[in-house]
Amino acid sequence: MKLAISITGQTLDSPFDARFGRAASFCLVDTDTGSWTVHANPALSASGGAGVQAAQFIAQLGAQAIVSGAYGPKAYTTLAAANIQRFLASGHDGRTAADILTAFKSGHLATADDATHGGHHGG
Amino acid sequence: MRIVVASGKGGTGKTTVSTSLAQVAAEAYSVRFLDCDVEAPNAALFLHPALATQREVGILVPRVDTQACTHCGKCAEVCQFHAIAVVGQTVLVFDDLCHGCGSCTLICPEQAISEQLSVIGVIDTGLTPEGIAFAQGVMNVGQAMGVPILRELKKWTPEAMPATCDAPRQPLEIRDAPPGASCPVVETMRGAEFVLFVTEPTPFGLHDLKQVAAIAREFDLPAGVVINRDGIGDDAIDTYCAVQNLPILLRIPLERRIAEALASGQTLVDAAPEYRTLFKDLLERIVARMNA
Ligand code: SF4
Ligand code: SF4
Repeated sequence: MKLAISITGQTLDSPFDARFGRAASFCLVDTDTGSWTVHANPALSASGGAGVQAAQFIAQLGAQAIVSGAYGPKAYTTLAAANIQRFLASGHDGRTAADILTAFKSGHLATADDATHGGHHGG
Repeated sequence: MRIVVASGKGGTGKTTVSTSLAQVAAEAYSVRFLDCDVEAPNAALFLHPALATQREVGILVPRVDTQACTHCGKCAEVCQFHAIAVVGQTVLVFDDLCHGCGSCTLICPEQAISEQLSVIGVIDTGLTPEGIAFAQGVMNVGQAMGVPILRELKKWTPEAMPATCDAPRQPLEIRDAPPGASCPVVETMRGAEFVLFVTEPTPFGLHDLKQVAAIAREFDLPAGVVINRDGIGDDAIDTYCAVQNLPILLRIPLERRIAEALASGQTLVDAAPEYRTLFKDLLERIVARMNA
């Protein structure tokens, strides 16, 4: 399956970024073959609705699952509508996207069954 | 003539100044007072208008006909606020992100979008005992979009101006700006002819003054400064004003008597009548600058 991971850099070895809408980029990994691509997050410069825009972007990339640190209500709704599975990982332990991928494969990641924070003001 | 009273941050005494200025102006002008602080309007507490009318203000948000929609994604692409998203076979609309600009409706090739009014707040209007035509915008709790309310508020024209026995008076509009330096403040200043900054002589006061002064400069508006609680801090504001060529038009010292009267809902000029002359003088200097 295609898994998206929010990251701060340009490769699979870049640090995991726990922010979803404001992550620098997304690493898209094929969990079966291990091949990956990195895509800059277009929502980085959004003044409002970053979560929605990032979620749409992930959907357009064809991801079936996403790992990030938190999802606001609008990002959550959009990801759910796109049938993208939502996984959570902590951003505090200095992991890379590759580490997240390993944790994902071993089934160690929690799923987000609801929005994890109240969201930001839309402005 | 349209005067904006702004401060950058809350609690500097902006409303103290705007309400007293309005009361003094009402002696010579036909005054219209707009409380533009739609998140927390409070000028009514001092001017005591009899609020007679209330009107709902809203924006037009899109509603998608799922039968007609082909999920082409054009609406989501055009929306700069990401208030509408197309994922797979679903179109999501987030009303609280929508600015009601109508772009999505226009671009939809299937005419699948219709517009529905979403109420975001109200405008209250009425007359004060001195005959000031008063209006305030009040944003609904949980809304984040003050600007559409401000636009409506600015369009408001009092139906019947108070009857005056003397000759017809010149209209004068006073806008009490919201705190901060974001979009609502910009919208409040748009179309004005003068900005009066109310600040206090502290580092925070100076920081916020700089921000609002920058907005006024964008609009090329003449401006002046009122220093409230004069004497509590340093003279950095004086220095800044001198460098920027911003005239300091009035200084209000920190006085317990004034603070207590304000807390009980009196305006400054009602509580301390000696300020009446000072505010008249302030108004004259503002008018002179506007006409200069
Ligand atoms: S533009 Fe119209 S047809 Fe295309 S996705 Fe939006 S609502 Fe549907
Ligand atoms: S009306 Fe404007 S802001 Fe609202 S969803 Fe449509 S394009 Fe976006």
